[in-house]
Amino acid sequence: MNRRSDPALLRGLTRARLTRRHTLQAGGAAAAALALASCGVGGQQRDPAEDGNYWSDKERTGNLRWANWPLYMDSERTQIQQFTEATGIRVDYKEDVHEAPSFFGQIQPKLANGDDIGYDLMVLTNGFELAKLIELGYLVQLDHTRLPAFAEYAGEVYQNSTFDPGNKYTVPYASGITGIAYNPEYVDREITSLKDLWDPEFAGKVGMFADPQEIANFGLLANGVRPGESTPEDWEAAADKLREQRDSGVVRSYYEQDYIQPLTTGDLWMTMAWSGDIYQQNAEEGTNLKFVIPDEGATLWTDNLMIPYTSKAPVDAIELMNFLYEPEIATGLTEYIGYISPVPHAQEVMAEWADAESDGERAEALREMSESSLVFPDEGDYQKLHNYVALPPDQQGEFSSLFQAVTQS
Amino acid sequence: MNRKITPYVLVLPAWAWLALFFVVPIGGMLSLSLTTGNVVTGFQQTFEVGNYATAVGTYWEQILRSLFYGACATLVCIALGYPMAYWIAFRGGAYKSTYLLLVLLPFFVSFVLRTISWRFFLADNGVVLGTLKNIGLLPDGFAVLNSAPAVILGLAYNFLPFMVLPIYAVLERMDPHLVEAAHDLYSNRIQAFARVILPVSLPGVFAGVLMTFIPTSADYVNASVLGGTHNTMIGNVIQTQYLVNNNYPIAASITFVLMGLLLVGIFSYARALGTEKVMEVHA
Amino acid sequence: MSTLTQTPPDAPTGDRPPRRRRRVRVDWGRYHTWAVLAWLFAPILFMIAFSFNDPAGRHNITWQGFTLKWYQNAFAHSELNEAMFNSVSIALLTMVLAGGLGTLLGLALGRFSFRGKQLTNLVMFAAISAPEVVLGAALLSTFLMMNVTTGYWTTVIAHVMFCVSFVAITVRARVITLDPRLEEAARDLGAGPWDTFRLVTLPMLSPAIMAGGLLAFALSIDDYIITSFVSGDVTTFPLWIWGATRVGIPPQVNVMGTLLFAVGLLMAVINIVTARRRNAA
Repeated sequence: MNRRSDPALLRGLTRARLTRRHTLQAGGAAAAALALASCGVGGQQRDPAEDGNYWSDKERTGNLRWANWPLYMDSERTQIQQFTEATGIRVDYKEDVHEAPSFFGQIQPKLANGDDIGYDLMVLTNGFELAKLIELGYLVQLDHTRLPAFAEYAGEVYQNSTFDPGNKYTVPYASGITGIAYNPEYVDREITSLKDLWDPEFAGKVGMFADPQEIANFGLLANGVRPGESTPEDWEAAADKLREQRDSGVVRSYYEQDYIQPLTTGDLWMTMAWSGDIYQQNAEEGTNLKFVIPDEGATLWTDNLMIPYTSKAPVDAIELMNFLYEPEIATGLTEYIGYISPVPHAQEVMAEWADAESDGERAEALREMSESSLVFPDEGDYQKLHNYVALPPDQQGEFSSLFQAVTQS
Repeated sequence: MNRKITPYVLVLPAWAWLALFFVVPIGGMLSLSLTTGNVVTGFQQTFEVGNYATAVGTYWEQILRSLFYGACATLVCIALGYPMAYWIAFRGGAYKSTYLLLVLLPFFVSFVLRTISWRFFLADNGVVLGTLKNIGLLPDGFAVLNSAPAVILGLAYNFLPFMVLPIYAVLERMDPHLVEAAHDLYSNRIQAFARVILPVSLPGVFAGVLMTFIPTSADYVNASVLGGTHNTMIGNVIQTQYLVNNNYPIAASITFVLMGLLLVGIFSYARALGTEKVMEVHA
Repeated sequence: MSTLTQTPPDAPTGDRPPRRRRRVRVDWGRYHTWAVLAWLFAPILFMIAFSFNDPAGRHNITWQGFTLKWYQNAFAHSELNEAMFNSVSIALLTMVLAGGLGTLLGLALGRFSFRGKQLTNLVMFAAISAPEVVLGAALLSTFLMMNVTTGYWTTVIAHVMFCVSFVAITVRARVITLDPRLEEAARDLGAGPWDTFRLVTLPMLSPAIMAGGLLAFALSIDDYIITSFVSGDVTTFPLWIWGATRVGIPPQVNVMGTLLFAVGLLMAVINIVTARRRNAA
């Protein structure tokens, strides 16, 4: 028989059978899945207290796996080469941190299971994810006797953070300021205040950040509230303030990390921005973008080095942490990345390098950088800088939702 | 080989793969959508149906917008893709497959990279708008980027091949004599097209609609690269809830609402057309 | 078929309809097709152009002069190379695995009636229609519950999962249009089932299998969303680009994009040549 002779009949037959049977089968599969999932998805908080003498039995392994943000060290990996030369420890450097939340999403389940996450050392920003890692007990408490260079050279601000008091779990890798950047080709007045971000004159030409913590700080500061002392009522008011800005048509879009291109080409005239990005853009491409710390204040964030408790080479990791605080090393790193070094002394070293440099172009670049307040903020600048609102994990959801309702409209 | 056993042997590997890595995980997500908790304390199964109410109540606007953007992008794809598929099928001659490869070629360049490239292209003072502004065809303040049309065009751009291929597949299989006969039978080409070719090609259009509408309405990359304020799609919300907020129950609930809406749509017309017929013309 | 009887008896019997009436018309279809192709290629040409740009800094966004140095230094970013290698090797594996599984599935669906066929259709439909976000999220949850460490192989598993249905559908569409009499004829001539399959069915299916495999390759190398969930510490090309937007996408990304595009173009050219040869034969 030709099996295609009567497709309609065939279809009718198979379909009649389908309704009953497939429901049963699909139901069975779902039930199996349900059974599989009934164990739930764990928070599996660890008790860090059991790490009391964590360091006592740890030894150097000679191999270190390090996860960092892309382009956060030159492509020759100069600092790693120097480290390997000095210590003999080989470093497997991976630019695997692309977004803090998705990186957290990758490592959290493995940490919950106590599995190796593939890194012995990692760099994360002082945001919600860091707070969660600390709260969950997933980070190794640092042995500060092994961090003499940190104690000696780290700036005061970086030894007293609000997100990790006493640097129990982290030491800074680099910091940056979130302020206002504008393109003077299009903006013909000096920008000094957060109010300028609300000015209808710039309708459709203002960029804001999508990150809840970043944008919350600007809403709070615009309302005259210090983020560190803010209450839930202040958050509501800040969200309203930001909603008003959005609905007046001033905001063009909420940006994740990619505002430099529109700012340079004129799609954006003014935007929330990170200091190092603007510094680099001006230094390397000769643009004339301005970066200001607004009168009302701005945000100081920090990317931090930390060791996951599953690290296979904690000793090598902490040696590297310490090594990065040697002023010569910190200076080299800063020269490439253009963000704020936690080692204030790097400013002097950089000026010395500029004097000693025979290559005119590089000397010029070093000189300029060593004098830049974006890379080396002064005391007055630091007065105006605030950390993110520090929140325990159980309040983060509410806080995020409040501001995501503004940015994800 | 025994004819009765053969089909089972053939489907078994793929079946096992899909069951293990698709059906079971979807069931797991369903279970997750009914839990409560947070990432620190963990998520406990409480059969909290209220998650769905929360999801729909909070994000109905983004859900409707996504369906609307998806529909618009699909219409753009039909408007651009149908004539193209038609021309390639009937007039492409020896180069039919070459044209098809050209349609598929953009896939070789990463989706992310293509979408980011659009931003260069549509910049306010970029190569297109800047030029038009310079010769006075557009007012200075004109902008495309960060708007609903930019998102819709981006979606249509990225998924156009999925519309062209199934329509082409159907048209290409048409008996050329039938086409010729239609032209002889009806006095003008429009009639011939409407009475003969269009009805035959409709299953291809339906398949194309499936393959563009579903991914476009669930996409989030285009909205986040090309969109502005009030352009958020439900995919962005799911991504944020899952990967940024770690609010798995709500993320899973929204996902199931979206999937449910899409599946209802698929099966209502799969039933109208007959499942076999719809699937037959895929690709 | 009644329309056929009205075909004038002098109608040409060749494959193509006669052209005499259409020749005088403007071929709008051609212009339309070329215009749409231009639209499809516009951003890609842009990307290619900027692979020759000589930006002073980290942001390759304004034209600053022609250079070939990014091609000489195409592999200067070792992580980018690794990401590219991962992408290509995952796509090749996906092509082979999804191609194999999908071909068997498509063959069964197109040729046989069997219990569970409708359910298979349903699952395939659902797999195609499920948003990528949920596929990624659901898979990740399962890998965790099964205590599987995510990485290279979980990415391959995920890619095969979402490609297999596409291959199956492509192959099935071809199987359905195959004339079963050809296989019957082969059997009548004494070929066993395996020989019939190998010598008759498979050659007729091979264009569809190739097409399905290529589709799988393209879908795999292109995927960002699902990969971002299940790749663990493995970085693919799209993932690396997304991460690099934070600090500026280096021109090497454009170079790699251009090279990938060139591979596709090469395949198109080979296709043109073989089409021409076939035409001439």
